[in-house]
Amino acid sequence: MPVRLRAIVGYVLAMVTVAPLVWLLVAVLRPADELFAVTLPSRLTLDNLLFVLTEVPIGRYMVNSAIVSVAVTVIALVLHSMAAYALARLRFPGRQVIFSMIVSTLLVSLPVILVPLFLVARELGLLDTYAGLILPAIFHAFGIFLLRQYYLTIPRELEEAADLDGCGYLRRWWQVVVPLSRPVLASLAVLFFLANWNAFLWPLTATRDPDLRVVQVGISTLQGQYGSAWNYVLAATVIAAVPTLVAFVLGQRRLVEAIKTSGLK
Amino acid sequence: MTTVADPGTAVRRPPGAAPPVWNRRRREALAGYAFVAPDLLGLMMFVGLPMVLSLGVSLFSADGFGGYTYVGLDNFRQMAEDTQLWQSVRVTLIYTLAFVPIGFVVSLGLALLVRDHFPGVGLVRTMFFLPHVISLVVVGIAWQFLLVDKQGAVATLLRPVGLGDTSFLGDPSLALGSLVAISIWFLMGYNMLILLGGLKDIPKEYEEAAGIDGATSWQKFRHVIWPLLRPTSFFVLVNSVVGSVTGLQAFDLVYVLTQGGPAGSTSSVVFYIYQQAFTFNNYGYAAALTTVVVGFLIAATGTMFGLTKGGRFDAG
Repeated sequence: MPVRLRAIVGYVLAMVTVAPLVWLLVAVLRPADELFAVTLPSRLTLDNLLFVLTEVPIGRYMVNSAIVSVAVTVIALVLHSMAAYALARLRFPGRQVIFSMIVSTLLVSLPVILVPLFLVARELGLLDTYAGLILPAIFHAFGIFLLRQYYLTIPRELEEAADLDGCGYLRRWWQVVVPLSRPVLASLAVLFFLANWNAFLWPLTATRDPDLRVVQVGISTLQGQYGSAWNYVLAATVIAAVPTLVAFVLGQRRLVEAIKTSGLK
Repeated sequence: MTTVADPGTAVRRPPGAAPPVWNRRRREALAGYAFVAPDLLGLMMFVGLPMVLSLGVSLFSADGFGGYTYVGLDNFRQMAEDTQLWQSVRVTLIYTLAFVPIGFVVSLGLALLVRDHFPGVGLVRTMFFLPHVISLVVVGIAWQFLLVDKQGAVATLLRPVGLGDTSFLGDPSLALGSLVAISIWFLMGYNMLILLGGLKDIPKEYEEAAGIDGATSWQKFRHVIWPLLRPTSFFVLVNSVVGSVTGLQAFDLVYVLTQGGPAGSTSSVVFYIYQQAFTFNNYGYAAALTTVVVGFLIAATGTMFGLTKGGRFDAG
């Protein structure tokens, strides 16, 4: 295909792809009585957004989501980086077995283990707590796997230089390995934050307390509560998507790197 | 082991001398275990234990309040007569058979389209990927709004071709198709990126050489790109199958868009298991179903590794 034709096809398809999202955005800014109109809005209004911000505890939902997403991201990065460093660099009996065990859980997804995980969380008293939202979301083989692959490529000499200075393993990890892996850690941070901000199934299952509702659960309950008041449901939906889009715009390059690498296993 | 010395020697070594080998080894091993332990214990607790537990709980009839009665294999026997279960297996099967190939072709098409430079190609790629960034709940709500019967944007746009009164989510024969289409829209940019990574690894010279020999675009694709892209294609296909059967897309979208309806026409297996547990409090039966799905996953992974000789997708 000649370049110009390719470009035109690309532009058209790209616009068709984002059209539903643009439509959603415009609908939120329409006066309520024009919600289903296909013409341009007669005027733009913030009424729908203001109603949701004042009448629905969406702020609370956002704070809950932020607490959970940030906590999971930070803890997961620290733990995964330590584990990956050990699996890539330190010699200890059983290392290969442990690595195989971790990799074997790669394909296990939340919907599959949801019911028994719920029973475990219940026995541990984790239901309806922040810990219950955070802890089970931390542990996932993907991050460990990706970091280990990266650590295998770090030249040993760099670490050995640190060894001569009498660094302990903890300092060696923190002062040599972590700074060297900043790009991967940044990629994973974007990935983890997005995944947890967008998480729905586990928070839905693990919490009943309205004060612990995360934003995705919050907007899905609005859907039931305000049934046909689409303008409010959509306004809340758009607000919930804003942090996702901000994280995406800021971390796009990093995110794309992480996804491309995941295909190269 | 000759390197294991008497622990007492460590005390007697002169100041400034290198520590004995055994000591260093032991320290390294200890550090290794300490570094791996938190993640390993977490994975055992929140992934391993649930997998094992599902097998145990399947043998019980469990109510919602922690009461368990041993019922042997009753939960597994129940599956044979559970018509709703077979309906959900059918839904997942049709969904997978439609989503995987169509989604793959669409993603590959997009990847080929945006592989080479044209003005604004970066923005176009980003726009294709954008739906994937949004949460599935937002995606579900957005499409429900667009597909509202008679008044929604889709109905209005399709009215001129006589589809204005079609209920894309309310008609049992169309709802699953709508779910597949929305899933493709959500995931095509993600798979496009992975395929794009694979395409970029194919040296341009190969195609140029084929071009000099007079190959058409189709021949270049068929005989140069397609064989070299095999490992990436394989990864995307396996990923898509696993995602269709057990991924969040099979739950979140169904929950928000249709709640499994109308008439069970979109009730995927994972959604059905969720309902059994959390709507009907049949935890034992839900655990038995989980065990079967875990068994399926293990078999699928094993087959995949067998077929690819240990995950080397490019072999053979």
